[in-house]
Amino acid sequence: MTEHILRMVGITKTFPGVKALQDVNLSVRRGEIHAICGENGAGKSTLMKVLSGVYPHGTYEGEIVFEGERVEFGSIRDSEHAGIVIIHQELALSPQLSIAENIFLGNERAKRGIIDWNRTNYEAAELMKRVGLRENPTTPIFDIGVGKQQLVEIAKALSKEVKLLILDEPTAALNDDDSAHLLDLLRGLREEGITCVIISHKLNEVTAIADAVTIIRDGRTIETLDMAADDVTEDRIISGMVGRALDNRFPPHESSIGEEVLRIEDWTVHSPSQPGRKVVDGAGLTVRRGEIVGLAGLMGAGRTELAMSVFGRTYGVNISGKIFKDGKPIVIRNVQDAIRHGIAYATEDRKRYGLNLIDDIKRNISAAGLKGLASRGWVNENEEYKVAEGFHRSMNIKAPTVNSVVGKLSGGNQQKVVLSKWILTEPDVLILDEPTRGIDVGAKYEIYTIINRLADQGKAVLVISSELPELLGLCDRIYTLSEGRITGEVAREDATQERLMYLMTKGQEKLS
Amino acid sequence: MTALTFGRASVPVKYLPVLVTGCLFVAMFVAGGIRYEGFASGQVVLNVFIDNAFLLVVAVGMTFVILTGGIDLSVGSVVALSTMIAASLMEGPGWPPYVVVPLVLLIGSGLGLVMGWIIQSFDIQPFIVTLAGMFLARGLCYTIGTDSIPIRDATFTAFAQTRIDLFADLWVSPSVVIALVVVAVAAYVLHYTRFGRSVYATGGNEQSALLMGLPVARTKITVYTVSGFCSALGGVLLSFYMLSGYGLHAVGMELDAIAAVVIGGTLLTGGTGFLLGTVLGVLVLGLIQTIISFEGTLNSWWTKIFIGLLLFVFILLQRPFSGRVRR
Repeated sequence: MTEHILRMVGITKTFPGVKALQDVNLSVRRGEIHAICGENGAGKSTLMKVLSGVYPHGTYEGEIVFEGERVEFGSIRDSEHAGIVIIHQELALSPQLSIAENIFLGNERAKRGIIDWNRTNYEAAELMKRVGLRENPTTPIFDIGVGKQQLVEIAKALSKEVKLLILDEPTAALNDDDSAHLLDLLRGLREEGITCVIISHKLNEVTAIADAVTIIRDGRTIETLDMAADDVTEDRIISGMVGRALDNRFPPHESSIGEEVLRIEDWTVHSPSQPGRKVVDGAGLTVRRGEIVGLAGLMGAGRTELAMSVFGRTYGVNISGKIFKDGKPIVIRNVQDAIRHGIAYATEDRKRYGLNLIDDIKRNISAAGLKGLASRGWVNENEEYKVAEGFHRSMNIKAPTVNSVVGKLSGGNQQKVVLSKWILTEPDVLILDEPTRGIDVGAKYEIYTIINRLADQGKAVLVISSELPELLGLCDRIYTLSEGRITGEVAREDATQERLMYLMTKGQEKLS
Repeated sequence: MTALTFGRASVPVKYLPVLVTGCLFVAMFVAGGIRYEGFASGQVVLNVFIDNAFLLVVAVGMTFVILTGGIDLSVGSVVALSTMIAASLMEGPGWPPYVVVPLVLLIGSGLGLVMGWIIQSFDIQPFIVTLAGMFLARGLCYTIGTDSIPIRDATFTAFAQTRIDLFADLWVSPSVVIALVVVAVAAYVLHYTRFGRSVYATGGNEQSALLMGLPVARTKITVYTVSGFCSALGGVLLSFYMLSGYGLHAVGMELDAIAAVVIGGTLLTGGTGFLLGTVLGVLVLGLIQTIISFEGTLNSWWTKIFIGLLLFVFILLQRPFSGRVRR
C-alpha cells in the first residue's frame, strides 16, 4: 500500500506582510503515521489549518489532493465531511457536558430532532472502548484528566468516520504514562487503517512511532524522510529543523557583566488545572548585571510558567523555591512586590496580558509606574505627558501622538510601549517573554537594540524565546528548559542551534 | 485613524459619543423651543437639573462601576432604603438631620462595600450579587414601614425648600449644587488619581491590569462602595425632593441610571467613557420628560418609549467604535 491518501502541492499562504508558507509540499501515504517537525513558528500549524479548511480555499495558493481527488475546503465542516479531523493542542471540549455528549456534539444521535440518549450513551461506550477510555459515558469532562480528554477527542473523531486524523502536539500536556498510552492507541488506529499526521516536538516519540517525517523550516518544506528506508536519528531531524545560516540580523554588542542580581534556586511550580503535575521542576538560574541571559525551550517546556510564577505568583499553585536579589533572599507574593523589588516581566501575549488596547499610549506607558508620577494618589498629568513623550522619541514609537490608541499600533510599536512601561518602573531585572513575537524583521532589529541598551545601562535581562537564532544572536549565556527542568547552561561561545535543540528535546535523565 | 475630521476641526474618536449626546441635547432643546411657547428658557434646563439631581448622583456611581466592566442593580433599592431610614429616624426618635444624613451615607457605602467584597473575593458576576442586594435593600424598606413616612423636620424641610437665586430670575435647589459638586469631584478623581486610572485599566483589560501590578481587587471593591455612597446620597437628595420616605420610591431607577450612562457614551464592557457623558445622558432623559409634559396630551409612558428608542440608537452607534478598537 503505497498509494498516497493526501498530497498537498505548492502551498503558499501569505498573511499581511508575512509569508507563512512558501511552496510547501506534503505527501502522506495511506495508513501511515506521518510526523511533521519544525521549530516553533516554522509553519506547521498554518499548514494544518490550510488542510482542515480553517483557512478556506482561495486564501492560499496551491493544490490539495485527498483520496485521489482535488478538494477545495471552505470550512472545517467541509474537511470533516471528507474525513479529515484535526485535534488541536487546546482541546475543543465543552467542560460541563458529559463524555458522550461531547463525542456527539454537533453530530447528535437523534430521531426527528429528539436526542436518543440510550443510543448516544451506548455508541459512546463503544467508541470509548476502541480508544481504551474506561469511564462512564455520563461523566462530565471537567472530572477527567487531560490525558483522558485527549482520548475523548479521538473518540469524537472516530465517530465522524475519520480517514485522516491530525494531532497537533498531542502529548505536550500529558505525563509519561498518558503519552505512552496515546502512542499505543495511534499504533492501534494504524492497524485499523486510519492515517495519522502528528505534529510533535518530542523527537523521541517521533522516532518511536512515525513511518515518515516531513521537516518544515521557515515556511518551506526541507525534506521528507522515510523512517524505514533511511536511518533516521533524532540528530538527523534536528539538523534538518535548524539548518540555516545566521545572517546579519543582530546589532553587534559587547556586554560588560557585573555581579549577580537575580538568583532562583530549586524553583518548583505545580499546574493549577492538573493537581500534582509539576510544570516547573527544581529549576535554578542566575542573571548578572549587564548580562543578557536566554531561556530556551520548546512549547510546553515551562518557560512562561517559570517567569510568571517568579513575577508575583501570577501562574501556578504550590510554588516552592528561593529567590535571591543582590544576594539577599526576597519573598514575592504579588505583582506589586515584584515591581518593588525591581523585577519586570513583559508578557508573550501583549494583547491579552500586556496592554490595555482601548486606551492610549500615554496611559499604557504610565500604568505600572504610576506611583512615581503621583503624589498622595494624585497623578501629575504634565509629568506623565513628558515621560510618555520622552519614550515616544527615545523608543522611536511610530504613532502621531502619545494620545493614539494602542490597539491600532503595529506589533513592533506595541512592544515598544510595553518595554517603555516596564522601563518606567526602573527595574534591575527585566524578563522579556518572546519579545519579538509577531513583529516584522525591521522592528525586531530595533527591539534587539533596545535590549542591548538596557544591558549597557546595567540591567539584568532574561530573554525567553522560541527562536534559537534570536537567542544565539542576542544572549551572553543560554539556559535550556525541558519538561520543567533546566537541562543545560551554554555560554555564547559554545552555543550552536544543534546543541541547544539537543538539550531542549532531551529529558534530564537521558543527559547523564 | 484616531480622529474624525469635521471641516477644520478634528475630534478624537473617543470623544465622539459624548459629542453626539451633547448635540442631541442641544437639538432637542432647540426643537422644543420652536414647538412650545415658554420652552426656550434657562429655567427649563435648570428644572431638568432640579428634577433629576438624585438620578445624576446615582448615575455618577454607576459610571464608576460600569467603567470597570461591572454593573450595579441595587442602586434604586438603596435610594429607597435611604429615604426610608432618613424619614423614619427623623420622624420617630426625632434625630437631627446632621446625624441622620451621615448615618444614611455610611449605611449605603457599607452595602456597596459588602457587595463589592463578595464580587471580588468569590469571583461572582456583579449582576447576580447586586441583584441580590437589590432585593435585600428593597425588602428592608418594608421592615421599617409599608407606608410612606412624611418628613417634617424643620431644618431638613427648610434646606430642601431653599432657592438659590442665580442671575435674572433663574434659580436652583441646593440638591443641584450638591449633585454638581459630586460630578466635579468624581470627574477629578477619575481623571487625575491613580485610583481613577486603575478603574479605566481594569475595565479595559483586567488581566493586563493585574500583570501591571495595579490594585485590581481594591479597585473593584472601591467602585461598588462609591456606587453605594452615591445611591445613599441620591436617596438623601430624593428625600429633599419628595420630603418623604417610601419603599416604593425609585423603583426602576437602576435602569434609568444605566440608560443615562450608556447614552452618555460609556461602554458597558468597561474601559471607556466620561462623566461629562453621564451628565449629558441624565439631561437628555430629563429633557424627554420635560418635552412630554409640555406636549400635554401625551401619556408619561411615552418617556419610556423614547428612552427605549434612544438606547437602541446609541448601542448601535457605539458598536463600530468598540469593534474597531478591540483588535
